[in-house]
Amino acid sequence: MDLSSPTNNVSSVLPDIKRRGDGLIVALAGNPNVGKSTVFNALTGMRQHTGNWPGKTVDWAFGTYSYNGHENILVDTPGAYSLFPTSAEEEVTRDFITEGGSDVIVIVCDASCLERNLNLVLQILSFTSDAVVCVNLIDEAAKKGIHVDIAELERLLGIPAVATSARSGAGLSELMEKIERAAASKSRDKESAGPCTRCAGCRGNAACKYGAGAETCTDTGLSGRKTSTSVIFREAEDICSKVVRHDDTAYDGIQLKLDRLLTQRSTGIPVMLVLLAVVFYITMVGANLPSEFLWSFFSRLGNVLDALLYAAGYPEILHSLLLSGVYRTVTWVVSFMLPPMAIFFPLFTLLEDLGYLPRAAFNLDNVFLKCGACGKQSLTMCMGFGCNAAGVVGCRIIESPRERLVAVITNSFVPCNGRFPTLVALITVFFAGTGAFSSALSAVMLTGFILLGVFATFFVSKLLSSTVLKGFASSTAMEMPPFRRPQVGRVIVRSVFDRTLFVLGRAAVTAAPAGLIIWLMANLSVGGESLLSFCAGILDPFARVFGLDGIILTAFILSLPANEILIPVMIMAYTSSGTLIEYESLSELYELFIANGWTALTALNVMFFSIMHWPCATTLLTIKKETGSFKWTLVSFIVPAICGLTLCFITASVYRAVF
Amino acid sequence: MNIYDLPSIPVGRSCTIDYVADSAMAGRLYDLGFTPGASVECLFAAPSGNPRAYLIRGTVIALRNSDAAAIKARY
Repeated sequence: MDLSSPTNNVSSVLPDIKRRGDGLIVALAGNPNVGKSTVFNALTGMRQHTGNWPGKTVDWAFGTYSYNGHENILVDTPGAYSLFPTSAEEEVTRDFITEGGSDVIVIVCDASCLERNLNLVLQILSFTSDAVVCVNLIDEAAKKGIHVDIAELERLLGIPAVATSARSGAGLSELMEKIERAAASKSRDKESAGPCTRCAGCRGNAACKYGAGAETCTDTGLSGRKTSTSVIFREAEDICSKVVRHDDTAYDGIQLKLDRLLTQRSTGIPVMLVLLAVVFYITMVGANLPSEFLWSFFSRLGNVLDALLYAAGYPEILHSLLLSGVYRTVTWVVSFMLPPMAIFFPLFTLLEDLGYLPRAAFNLDNVFLKCGACGKQSLTMCMGFGCNAAGVVGCRIIESPRERLVAVITNSFVPCNGRFPTLVALITVFFAGTGAFSSALSAVMLTGFILLGVFATFFVSKLLSSTVLKGFASSTAMEMPPFRRPQVGRVIVRSVFDRTLFVLGRAAVTAAPAGLIIWLMANLSVGGESLLSFCAGILDPFARVFGLDGIILTAFILSLPANEILIPVMIMAYTSSGTLIEYESLSELYELFIANGWTALTALNVMFFSIMHWPCATTLLTIKKETGSFKWTLVSFIVPAICGLTLCFITASVYRAVF
Repeated sequence: MNIYDLPSIPVGRSCTIDYVADSAMAGRLYDLGFTPGASVECLFAAPSGNPRAYLIRGTVIALRNSDAAAIKARY
């Protein structure tokens, strides 16, 4: 809560911002969950740039929009409840707002809870009047029977105000016009700045930035903050009593019923498990056919390509390298990653859009509390389903550094979509088969594996909190946004383009060179034996202890760049040792594994180890970047590996004792 | 009228904040609108009874019981 040390970071980023346009610099500020980024996206469209705030791990974005022949620059500051920062994000917002980085500040508010939002508005207005209040989500508020008198709000605040519904685009042109008007009547000039009227202490000190209602400008301790915030909220109540009209003051009945259903003791956790299983069921049922189809299509296409290369007279070694190496690895990744992702991501985004995820985090919070961790860790775990590197970056939402580290280290216990296909394929071929009933069985099994990862997360979080990262859970306040009707079209577009194709593209890019290297390893020989089987041979005795084999362990090591190539590596390693078969369907995959000595235990342990081994290279690099520490990166590498090996050792020992 | 810690006030009962005890989180609670005189109601609780979600100034904020205990309210 240090207010006295603003940095000079604003002056270091301004030149970069100014280069992008010739118009105004407009800062976008607002509380979290008020649709600030929707306003940002609606105004700037595709003309956005993102970057990293100097010296801090805070992403920020700016974009441009044209108005009257000028390119105005819109800077999106991180969501903040007040100018008294409690996180790195809020510090960035405070610095940018208070150090005068912009010509006009647009303060986005949620029409449904204007009173709370006015806290930030009034804090900002205590040192500048070059601002526009954007009362967003006005249509949602109207549905709840909440009406805002914009003209009166303008009069009381003394600055332009505009009602918007950024989702539908309503009010945005008026917003742009009022930004220009605010800039035209610009007053921010150190000399001509109005005196600080709310601060009791400085009596008009123009440089007073934070003094709103404080005893003195320099009183930024807790008591000053309490006094100033109380004064502001009284003012906010007064303003709202004049501009906000409620048709009905009761909290929305349907929302409340739904909230209670999703969180109460009898139904909260069961509903959560059922939702998870249903999402997996739909994913499995939907993905099976397209995956099989793509795989056999690519196999046949591969044969055609092979014939063409042969006819063109290329040497045998080249088509083997290109087809068995690069082509087969890439097509495996596409066939078995694309369909599940194209189904899972939209479903997940749908849950996110509905507002379900904060409720899930709410339900699990107490367990995290007992583990000495932050409740928001469930949200970063959810991000991990997509990509663990994204999950690690997402850990920035956790304010306490200790709890953030716990979340970073344990993130890879959530299987990302690179490991998803491995789990799905092995469950299908070894345990469940295909078909509607089998899909239900697969979904239940997959849910079980995910729960195992969740359990490991709890266990390791608790372990870390009571050993190397000793400490108790710090305070957590989580906003529960209202349930919103998801915009289905946008959900599909966003999840397919932003997530599915992005992740798939990245996977394919790593799969191609990896396929080449693995092919070389499988075909270059050392002393009459391929490099791959040579490595596998060395690891074999060690791997057997854990119910795996040398090839499996080698495959896990080789898929460090990207988890999705695990199965293609194993296929290549097994087939290069003589038994070359044309595997056009998953059942032939089964034959191949059985021929190489796999049992149900092997399949099970591969899945366990897939959930708990080490994070992929991208995730490790991200952890290094986020924590800035080699030590914690190493811990993130070792901890899941030890967990996985221990679990596999136990299952292998039990299996040996029983059979 | 007695003063209670916020977590001990039953779900569905509307109450008025009397004061917020000094704690590491007090400043943040103020920012979120938990200031003296504000009315607050616990709307629902997690399966274990912790955390609980409160309606405050039109928004729903989930607080852990240990944090919410700094808020003293009457009804």
